Amino acid sequence: MGELGSCENRAGRALKINRSPARPVRLAATTYAGYKNMANKYVTDEARKQIGKAGEPRTVEVERGAIRRFAEAIGDPNPIFNSDREARQGRFGGMIAPPTFCRSLAAAIPDVKLEMGESFRGLDGGSDWEYFEPIRAGDRITVQTKIADLRESAGKLGPMVFITTETSYTNQFGQVCAIQRATAIRY
Amino acid sequence: MTRKQIYFEDLEPGAEIAPLEKHPTTQQLVKYAGASGDFYQIHYDKDFALKNHLPGVILHGALKNAFLGQLMTDFAGDRGWLRKLSVQYRGMDQPGTPVVCKGRVVKKYVEQGHHLVDCEIWLENAKGEKTTPGSATVMLPSRGAAG
Repeated sequence: MGELGSCENRAGRALKINRSPARPVRLAATTYAGYKNMANKYVTDEARKQIGKAGEPRTVEVERGAIRRFAEAIGDPNPIFNSDREARQGRFGGMIAPPTFCRSLAAAIPDVKLEMGESFRGLDGGSDWEYFEPIRAGDRITVQTKIADLRESAGKLGPMVFITTETSYTNQFGQVCAIQRATAIRY
Repeated sequence: MTRKQIYFEDLEPGAEIAPLEKHPTTQQLVKYAGASGDFYQIHYDKDFALKNHLPGVILHGALKNAFLGQLMTDFAGDRGWLRKLSVQYRGMDQPGTPVVCKGRVVKKYVEQGHHLVDCEIWLENAKGEKTTPGSATVMLPSRGAAG
């Protein structure tokens, strides 16, 4: 059997993914065709002052049953997400959460005020995730969401506003386990 | 756990990821709503969905995100690690029709001692339309690592 190389990880140890200080975490940017930096109707300079606004953090204890129920709901039979007995033999020494389990740990999303009235429609545009450490049963994860970006583009149905939120998932040892950037669309 | 492990050296750009077929049902959408806490009615209340000009209940984008997550954790194996996962929701999918997650290797490289593989991934419907394109990066074990 070959060596594990940089993925080496004995049961129960941290993954130790290097995060270069010289290059801040930069997620693959979700780009939207048609975006132009022209005069915006809703995302004005004043509205953009909301970028950086953070919601109340929330700390959640990760229950083994919640991980199992999530894995069952998405139909993922991987033993690492389902069976503590089998997962104990593996590199993490126990069950971990599937990549998108973090969604079930939602914290308050800061309110974004835009002069759009009440009649706008909303869409979920997508998500960019980065994973640094596994989330294990019994972890206490602190979740916090902030407004990362506000943009506007001209769509077929008029102006479209892209609200990007960044959510961090930090464990009880202060390690950032995951960062999610999600884009909501209002039009 | 005895599942087959893929190594960094086993892959070249263009290599295909073993596809993952899913058969979402309305029951799965209810289970997902409960497990994730997303109770928006367009995912389980047909009347509500129709009133909102949808063809019927539709899959949570987040569930499709989860399917693509499974594609990549299966691909990375027990000794790999899913490092990045990006998805864009471009089209709707409805329960009762199968969807398939697919992907291929775009690039492999070593960065700060990590053996990384970038992949193009997507979820397609029965017509072959990519309703949920995305990308992913996995860290894989290397056969060539010293020691």
